[in-house]
Amino acid sequence: MRPADQVLASVPTATALGAAPVSGAAAARLALLRDLKLAFRKRGQLVQPLAFFALVTLIFPLSISPELARLREVAPGALWAGALLASLLALEFLFRDDAYDGTLEQYALSGQSLTALLFAKTVAHWLLTGLPLALMAPFAALSLGAPGTAVPGIVASIAVGSVALSLIGSIGAALTLGVKRSGALLALLTLPLSLPVLIFGARATELAISGASIVAPLELLAAIAVLGVTLAPLAAAAAVRISLE
Amino acid sequence: MGEATDARELTASRIPARRLEAENLHLWRGERHVLRGVAFTLSSGECLQVVGANGAGKTTLLRTVAGLMYPEEGQVRWDGADVRRDLRTFHAAILYLGHEPPLKADLTARENLHYWIGTRRRLPAEALAAALSRVGVGALGERLVRTLSAGQRRRVALAALTLSLASLWLLDEPTTNLDSEGQELVGTLLAEHLAEGGLALAAVHHELPRAVRGARRLELT
Amino acid sequence: MTWTWFHRLASPPHIYGLAGRLTPWFAWPAALLVIAGLWGGLVLAPPDYQQGDGFRIIYVHAPSAWMSLMVYTTMAVAAAVGLIWRMKVAHAVAASCAPIGASFTVAALVTGSLWGQPMWGTYWQWDPRLTSELILLFLYLGYMGLRAGFDDVQRADRASAVLAIVGVVNVPIIHYSVTWWNSLHQAPSVMQLGKPKMPLSMLTPLLIMLLGFTLLFVALLLVRLRAEVLNRERAANWIREAVSA
Repeated sequence: MRPADQVLASVPTATALGAAPVSGAAAARLALLRDLKLAFRKRGQLVQPLAFFALVTLIFPLSISPELARLREVAPGALWAGALLASLLALEFLFRDDAYDGTLEQYALSGQSLTALLFAKTVAHWLLTGLPLALMAPFAALSLGAPGTAVPGIVASIAVGSVALSLIGSIGAALTLGVKRSGALLALLTLPLSLPVLIFGARATELAISGASIVAPLELLAAIAVLGVTLAPLAAAAAVRISLE
Repeated sequence: MGEATDARELTASRIPARRLEAENLHLWRGERHVLRGVAFTLSSGECLQVVGANGAGKTTLLRTVAGLMYPEEGQVRWDGADVRRDLRTFHAAILYLGHEPPLKADLTARENLHYWIGTRRRLPAEALAAALSRVGVGALGERLVRTLSAGQRRRVALAALTLSLASLWLLDEPTTNLDSEGQELVGTLLAEHLAEGGLALAAVHHELPRAVRGARRLELT
Repeated sequence: MTWTWFHRLASPPHIYGLAGRLTPWFAWPAALLVIAGLWGGLVLAPPDYQQGDGFRIIYVHAPSAWMSLMVYTTMAVAAAVGLIWRMKVAHAVAASCAPIGASFTVAALVTGSLWGQPMWGTYWQWDPRLTSELILLFLYLGYMGLRAGFDDVQRADRASAVLAIVGVVNVPIIHYSVTWWNSLHQAPSVMQLGKPKMPLSMLTPLLIMLLGFTLLFVALLLVRLRAEVLNRERAANWIREAVSA
């Protein structure tokens, strides 16, 4: 027997064991790690949504006024407009490559829960875009006249809000997989569904800037995020399967 | 005679006897009636070649059997049960290879197999290395897939086949981009898989390599 | 339990014939009710003590707004039926609903804007109802845009069905968040597009209009459905006989 065959023969067969011997959680962890590793191989691409966010923030002083007092009033809107648009841009990276090279198809055929695998991918996506966005937001906020005391509140609201945005965005990203030049369509689909996040997030930012407690809108943001966690991966999985038909 | 029988029983029992049945499959793509009453039975140790011109529906048939596409009429059965009843268990028992090897260009060959087949079964590093050597790309394990040629990528996909321990192989043009040595390899791997009780459904343009030349044919018009 | 009626509903030729026969039964009563409602609302009902005659536009605005929401729900239900039971006709119903619902939404926005002019002095206010209506218009446009993005009708049907279901789940969330947002920033002088206190003489024409609009929707849906079925089945044999009849 060749050495390769000896090794292969000693490993129990998946089919002999019946169900897949890799747990759903382990498979999801693999999916998460793979996406993180891939992102670090193409580090240049990671920066793009963040640079876009910074640019959008720059638009407001240039188009309104350099006075910090005036900017402070529009800061919540500016920050959230930037966060929303940046996260839209980043959605391109979520499923598109996998759909092109056939690895998404293999996820659907893996014998594991596609919902769990897509959720893992969305988590990776948030770690790579939403979380950095939340960490960058204080700098943008300060440049728009927000006081330093507002920083924790701003980070918290954008961190939680971007979780919801990633999840909501994953639905649109999955739905537009078969559509050519889908950038505008993706925005058209995702923005209306993201408006509640915008409303509560901007309110939380506004309260943070004025020094008040942000608990109420933050709780609402968290509620949307939780709802998103339970429903969005299901919808995304359905959409992915439709794109594979 | 006794020893030969024992040896056959030993290898055959590695994969319990399986049966794939397709019954009266009809599928429309838009207005085109692509699958028109396709039916076949495939048992352990058998390979079925699906032949036909471009556009005849070979890929559609493979994807329908895999459960990716949904026939308007007819059924696909695995061990007598409709695969739609428990698609995930069925998927755990099959591996589908489409036209392009499903590899991420920015991962190495080894990493690709780890993250791909690793979602299906526990993959010890030695098994991974052994599989890559077996298909002739052992030295390329740490190379990024984007640096590999089309033939080398195809071989990495073949390594995945052997590692997956799937009973049913669904192969769409498995010899694409392979030189004659590579095509022989496909034949050998298929023959070994069938000898262990596996099943294979392959869409092909030409006849399969020598080692499985006797395989049954299904012609799609 | 015989499901034959359900399966017959699923057959395009049957639906084509049924829709044709039913249309007059909805179209004529709809016309009568709308005329009666308009007569009652524009002529018979007394002027509102607060808004004078300006409130009369409610007889078109409120039913339009109500229908825009009802049509979206119908669309989502039909899409869900099509998705779960793989009924082509259900998808055709959903596709037919979308332009009708979008038109009701535009009508609600235009009449709401016209109503606003005598009330507020401007053609637009970020009133929660108008804002929600505007977002609903984008939901319709997104649905129709997604459909248009696919060449394959089957994939368009299934992807847009997922979108419709996700949308209908989001509508209450969007409405709640918009109302919440509006209540935070309510300047006391702004009057909302609220229904004035209504005695029966005012209310009855409104209910008549509502019923009339509902019947109108069904009639329009049946007409569009026939066209939709014809278009989808244009290669089938039964078309030739049905059209020459």
